[in-house]
Amino acid sequence: MKRILVGIKRVVDYNVRIRVKPDGSGVLTDGVKMSVNPFDEIALEEALRIKERGAADEVVVVTVGPADCQPQLRTCLAMGADRALHVQTDTPLEPLATAGVLRTLIEREQPFLVLLGKQAIDDDNGQTGQMLAALWDRPQATFASKIELTEGKAQVTREVDAGLETLEVDLPAVVTVDLRLNEPRYVKLPDIMKAKKKPLDTLTLESLGITPRAQLKTLRYEPPAQRSKGVRVNDAAELLAALKHKGLL
Amino acid sequence: MNPNILIVAEHDGRTLSVATAKCVACATTVTDAAVTVVICAADATDLAQQAATLAGVGTVLTVEHPVHAHPLAAAIAAQIAALAAPYTHVFGPSSTFGKDLMPRIAALLKTVQVSDIMAVESATRFRRPIYAGNAVLTVEVLDGAQVVGTVRTASFQPVAGGGSAHIEAAAPVVEPPHHTRFVSVSAARSDRPDLQSAARVVSGGRALGSAENFQLLYGLADTLGAAVGASRAAVDAGYAPNELQVGQTGKIIAPELYLAIGISGAIQHLTGIKDARTIVAINKDPDAPIFEVADFGLVGDLFEIVPQLQKLLG
Repeated sequence: MKRILVGIKRVVDYNVRIRVKPDGSGVLTDGVKMSVNPFDEIALEEALRIKERGAADEVVVVTVGPADCQPQLRTCLAMGADRALHVQTDTPLEPLATAGVLRTLIEREQPFLVLLGKQAIDDDNGQTGQMLAALWDRPQATFASKIELTEGKAQVTREVDAGLETLEVDLPAVVTVDLRLNEPRYVKLPDIMKAKKKPLDTLTLESLGITPRAQLKTLRYEPPAQRSKGVRVNDAAELLAALKHKGLL
Repeated sequence: MNPNILIVAEHDGRTLSVATAKCVACATTVTDAAVTVVICAADATDLAQQAATLAGVGTVLTVEHPVHAHPLAAAIAAQIAALAAPYTHVFGPSSTFGKDLMPRIAALLKTVQVSDIMAVESATRFRRPIYAGNAVLTVEVLDGAQVVGTVRTASFQPVAGGGSAHIEAAAPVVEPPHHTRFVSVSAARSDRPDLQSAARVVSGGRALGSAENFQLLYGLADTLGAAVGASRAAVDAGYAPNELQVGQTGKIIAPELYLAIGISGAIQHLTGIKDARTIVAINKDPDAPIFEVADFGLVGDLFEIVPQLQKLLG
């Protein structure tokens, strides 16, 4: 069975305006729309396209998080994932611990490819994929904008600061995906109905033999420094005069 | 034990990236820190000389191996992990180089990474942005864990030159894994200033409408001696290449002058420019969010205003 494992995270939706709680203990999430991390959605879309091309037999989606992650897993099943794994925990895990969980699941699932988003849009850490590749002692190709699979290998084009870099990696490997890899499909109503019947297995950290260790403590959340609103100028000449006055030209 | 910080140098084989000097700046804000820069390269001779002049650097370590002709995270991480034991901190820049590499190092060291360090409060306490910069966290690394960090380069000024660090070859040199191979890089080499370090940036958005129209901005940028940037919308639409993208998932920049032209100002874009000294917005929509952060706002048609600017400047 040629299997792709896709890691997803439930995050505050992309369109929600984030506000820090007045007491600095977190950000306001009550009643806020939650979604699949957009980068992870792109990872899943890529996995589905690989399967639809016949280069994989099964797409398994996995998340690590509290019970209320299930709607996001169902969304992934509705998109086309074959089954879902939910490692349920109320303790937020650090990326190294999440990578450790994924590493353990790899032993069970034996994927030839693991796809994840390049970062989650909530904590913006951008660590889990690379950490998983290290723990697994396998190749990583981050920030992918194109993935081509050949026998036992993948050619991955990466969006890097200099432009586009292409790597060849032996499989199995971890690939983290960037925005321009694909455009995820919309979920249709019949697919949502079908997804309700697809397998969603719940696991615990204990059942995987994992005891997460916190190495980082968050002391406080603050709103960012605000830029003060500037002035309007009426035309190009006035703009240049203002910039010269400020010593910028 | 005083902090002993190892910085993984970023370079292109000939020149040390300015991001490295910014990592040194970050490291020197840790009280009483000793700073070592490690250079993994095919030939590290010139790069080591450059790193040795950075103020505040005590030691430069060189690792020479043909595999390091290209920055492969799997190869560099294995090497750095083998050298890391004496160090309390291992830092790299929050560029695509560092973002790719540093978590792999952290996992090999079984330790924590603090991403995008924007300020150092102590050897174990750091500030970093989350939610595309809409909140700032203060985090504490627990139990004396080794700290791997990426440095948000827009938050630091590069250290000056004039230093004279001791240079030595690192040992051991690790045999790299063979599972990852460099194929190619398509770098659009240009004579324009580098987007990440330019003092002036002219940036365009979806309102440019086409790749041809986007060329207008190159003219203005050349007149100003500026780098060219783009919003995600402009890159997605194919008006500009990906390496020009500014924002949460592109480049985070801090120029003296940022001209946002035809950019509406999504939160994800604003997070990439909030450290710019002066922001100018030109947009025909008077309600565009970019005007909320702009020091100077000009409402109007960019296709009239940009040529006017160029004429007045020329």
